[in-house]
Amino acid sequence: MLFFVIRRFFSSIPTLFVVVTLSFFLMRVAPGGPFDLEQPLEAKIMENLNRAYGLDRPLIEQYGRYLANLLRGDLGPSFYIRDFSVAEILMKGLPVSMTLGTLAILLALGVGTTLGVIASLRQNSAVDYAVIGFATAGVTIPNFVVAPLFQIVFGLMLALLPVGGWNDGAVRNIILPVIVLALPQVAVVARMTRASMIEALRSDHVRTLRSLGMGQRIIVIHALRGAILPIISYLGPTAAALLTGSVVVETIFGLPGIGRYFVEGALNRDYTLVMGTVVVVAVFVLVFNMVVDILYALLDPRVRYE
Amino acid sequence: MMDQAQFHIRDLHVRFRTQADELHAVKGVSLSVARGETLAIVGESGSGKSQTMLAALGLLASNGVVTGSAMLNGQELIGASEVALDRVRGAKVTMIFQEPMTSLDPLYTIGQQIIAVIRRHRTVSAADAKAEALALLERVRIPDAARRLASYPHEMSGGQRQRVVIAMALANRPDLLVADEPTTALDVTIQSEILALLADLQREMGMAIAFITHDLGIVRRIAKRVAVMRHGEIVESGPVEQVFNAPRHPYTRALLDAEPGGTKEPTPADSPVLLEAQDVRVHYPVKSGFFGRTTQVIKAVDGVSLTLKRGGTIGIVGESGSGKSTLGKAIVKLAPATGMIRLEDRALIPLSRAEMRPLRRSLQMVFQDPYGSLSPRMTVGEIITEGLLVHEPGLTSAARDRRAAEALEEVHLDAALRNRFPHEFSGGQRQRIAIARAMILKPRLVILDEPTSALDRSIQKAIVDLLRDLQRRHGLAYIFISHDLAVVRAMADTILVMKDGQVVEQGESENLIRHPREDYTRRLLAAAMETGFSPC
Repeated sequence: MLFFVIRRFFSSIPTLFVVVTLSFFLMRVAPGGPFDLEQPLEAKIMENLNRAYGLDRPLIEQYGRYLANLLRGDLGPSFYIRDFSVAEILMKGLPVSMTLGTLAILLALGVGTTLGVIASLRQNSAVDYAVIGFATAGVTIPNFVVAPLFQIVFGLMLALLPVGGWNDGAVRNIILPVIVLALPQVAVVARMTRASMIEALRSDHVRTLRSLGMGQRIIVIHALRGAILPIISYLGPTAAALLTGSVVVETIFGLPGIGRYFVEGALNRDYTLVMGTVVVVAVFVLVFNMVVDILYALLDPRVRYE
Repeated sequence: MMDQAQFHIRDLHVRFRTQADELHAVKGVSLSVARGETLAIVGESGSGKSQTMLAALGLLASNGVVTGSAMLNGQELIGASEVALDRVRGAKVTMIFQEPMTSLDPLYTIGQQIIAVIRRHRTVSAADAKAEALALLERVRIPDAARRLASYPHEMSGGQRQRVVIAMALANRPDLLVADEPTTALDVTIQSEILALLADLQREMGMAIAFITHDLGIVRRIAKRVAVMRHGEIVESGPVEQVFNAPRHPYTRALLDAEPGGTKEPTPADSPVLLEAQDVRVHYPVKSGFFGRTTQVIKAVDGVSLTLKRGGTIGIVGESGSGKSTLGKAIVKLAPATGMIRLEDRALIPLSRAEMRPLRRSLQMVFQDPYGSLSPRMTVGEIITEGLLVHEPGLTSAARDRRAAEALEEVHLDAALRNRFPHEFSGGQRQRIAIARAMILKPRLVILDEPTSALDRSIQKAIVDLLRDLQRRHGLAYIFISHDLAVVRAMADTILVMKDGQVVEQGESENLIRHPREDYTRRLLAAAMETGFSPC
């Protein structure tokens, strides 16, 4: 197991390298640059700016320099948000995004599996159809519709919760964004749990339990332990995506997470900021996939890593 | 007489509601099992024998409706609440099933699963339950039982898992054990051991057994009374000897006649050699450790030689894991082999995939599972003619369709069925389709990997007859892989007995079966005989 973790750690380095390289050159293929404004800058000023940020060097040299800095943990200065380094921007936004993401994942897991289990035990009943209906709605209604709706109902009409703002992470402020963020995941998890529970409840070993009079409670525990495995594989990459921020939710609720930097950075050709977010997302994805594999080995004795 | 009976089923009906209509699966079955007695319930798949017992125990699928009566020790089970049933099941009556590989929860240890059953029905301390579980494992003769308590199901063989299932079923000393084909999925030697174990345990514990099977050999061996079921009804019942020696119902007679018989006509001595294999090996390296070094080599096939003449059949027998299927795959280059394999004058092992392709039409393969080996999304006509697209690309679609019709007729299926999909056919019909798919390419050698093992006896017999007929008409050579000695004997000129990747004995079929030289062959034969196979 320890071997496995170490080997996975080392094998993720080439992956990370490919991701960094691809996004570095893809960014540069896009037309325009970080200092292009509507009114073009004077040629001399442009030249000075490019020289100051090292953008006048051959591309391959810039790439080499970026990699060297990255190895030292230096993500470079932001081109657009002046006077801030990319690391500073990410360090400020990441806790916000991670708080929202973690809560949303926990909500999705807790509520989603519960709904799924209930639906699977009452297959084809009104409860089951209600869960399926909710799950379909949760996946199909986009969050940029749900978010303003919640703001209007809970923020303005009922005046229960603030419509936006971070407010140092006050509980009142994060309830709505967490729910909006979690809703589609609750729906997906509920659907998946229902499907894999129905399958598990029909499996031969559950039939054995029934033939031995083991009772509903024990049967549900046994079935759920098997049914949870595919959900864990789904939640791995999903957790990485949620923890690294959502552009729509952060923008609508005016939250200072890192999700929106992705879009802002890309639109403004802020090369270093985009690269910084790419690195963060890639690391999260790699880490969470590894966590999923480890959880698998812990939950399923048939899975063993040599 | 009836007063002694502890389990009574009277006028039991099972109906399944489906979207379109209602399926009447069990139509008024009545039977009884007395204390300490074994009743065999026989019939082919779909006869309702399993559904009868599942219904009595309240284990039907959710769309099943049951009426009638099932009394255990005077307690009515039909219509009892789930809670009441849960007190009876596992304590007074238990059921074991056909699939030992999947009957145990893969995520819990053997010990946890047995202890849970004990403590569910009796107030026993954890330590006492563990001691009982250990005693049970020893009683079902699991070697090294103390260590096995901590094992997971996947660490055990099918036979061992079935022993664990039996231990769980008997943990609370039930009055009735329902055994639903508990040995069907097991090798013949293991099958015999499990049957002996059940008989011993029955003597010790005195429980009644209702044994569901399609294998008449098993019935002869274990039961005093038998009930023959067909289409949801009991057509005949009574003492085994009486029913088997003087069957009254034509269906019982047909079942008894269905045991495969006859032997193959000998291959002419001057028949040319079609396939020759020498010292064939298939070794798989096992990698482990930090750098994935090869630490072990699994020798699936280890130095096997054989010679097959045109029109001849070699039977390969052995238990699961003996390497018999891998050998079959190696011959058609579906498994990586070393050594020498020659088809007429071509050596096959050095050939590349592209060089191999034109030869593939001469080497066809038919597999065990007629459900898994046919694509569910293609019509039967498309499935059969798919090989022609590769090997005779010039054919027009009309010509292909004609060939499909001919191929179906050759395997005695209605040619008009070629536009249907596989799920519309029974297991036996599907196996005919798989054979037609092989035959349409006019092969010279067909490798048949357990082609009859998933089928009922009466259908097995028809497939054996069909294969022999095709061989006669087309001068085909067969390699017939099976664990079933009765079927192999009916098919093969010579038999190769495999164990651990090697041939332990080979010889002319009748001679080998009548005068086995090796211990292992004798054991296989003895086990087969106990379940009804007769070498004379």
